[in-house]
Amino acid sequence: MMSRMVKIAACLVPAIFMFGCATKSVPYDYTAFKAAKPRSIVVLPPLNNSPDVNAGNSVYAQVTYPLAEAGYYVLPVALVSETFKQNGLTNAADIHGVDIKKLREIFGADAALYMTISKYGSTYTVVDSTVVVSVDAKLVDLKTGALLWQGSASASNKEGNNNSGGGLIGILVTAAVSQIINSTTDASHPIASLANVRLLSGGGDNGLLYGPRSSRYLTQ
Amino acid sequence: MKPMISKTAALLALVGCAALTGCASQPKTMYQWDGYQPQVYEYLKGASPEQQIAAMEKNLQDISAKGNQAPPGFHAQLGMLYSISGKPDQVIAQFKDEKKLFPESGPYMDFLLGKMEKGEKL
Repeated sequence: MMSRMVKIAACLVPAIFMFGCATKSVPYDYTAFKAAKPRSIVVLPPLNNSPDVNAGNSVYAQVTYPLAEAGYYVLPVALVSETFKQNGLTNAADIHGVDIKKLREIFGADAALYMTISKYGSTYTVVDSTVVVSVDAKLVDLKTGALLWQGSASASNKEGNNNSGGGLIGILVTAAVSQIINSTTDASHPIASLANVRLLSGGGDNGLLYGPRSSRYLTQ
Repeated sequence: MKPMISKTAALLALVGCAALTGCASQPKTMYQWDGYQPQVYEYLKGASPEQQIAAMEKNLQDISAKGNQAPPGFHAQLGMLYSISGKPDQVIAQFKDEKKLFPESGPYMDFLLGKMEKGEKL
């Protein structure tokens, strides 16, 4: 009797795992994205809901890498931010409210990326501290205003190196972080890079589709 | 004959391993990234443009020496830094480079070049 129950359990456990995987990968509806075929993206300065005033700069400085490697032209972020400043807009919330027609007219981009930072920095416990960065993003077609894609991602410094998503994204993440870590002492900055790579790389589960400059364009 | 076959197999396995590790340790990116984003971060934090110009010029030499590509936005960023330090000819050259490498930047680069012609701040 006992061994029979063990056998049933042995069959059921893998079945649960399979369901676990199945629910995770509900396919994203890419109909609008595939119809719009954006080539260029203007990333707006991120909205920062974290207490760290530097979070916006840190996340904004590191969005180009994953988007460009996914095959998109990314407008020069510092210049974009400067153009807003020259038009009297320094606050990310005001910038996110700018009419898409105006964005298209000035930047000539096919799509705009609206990002929000919900977490950036350390949370301390008695024995330890963890650095966490959480971001989400919406890609909007600047011709029609249609939402092409949205997603969210988190990263922390308490993740094992082998646990970063695997595959190409895993490799990209490792590369991005080792690259950034050498040039900064701010602990949250490389974690923000990791969150950005996880959120904005091409070809991930429910992630952005590859863009025209990628050799994998139209393979999904 | 038998040990010969297994030697060949072992060699093949080794070559396979080498090829695999080769891929894993050297991910090939489309662009060379060690300069652009760190300098954008310095700029956004308000650091002086002279240091960023020096770092980006050096990085650009390294990129061409290695036959790599500068990332989207690199030349435009360098052009903006030149405009702060009052070198209009170099601004125009960089914006044109950005446009040549990435025609998608055309409308924005033209917008910025137009502002320069009118003597407006970028």
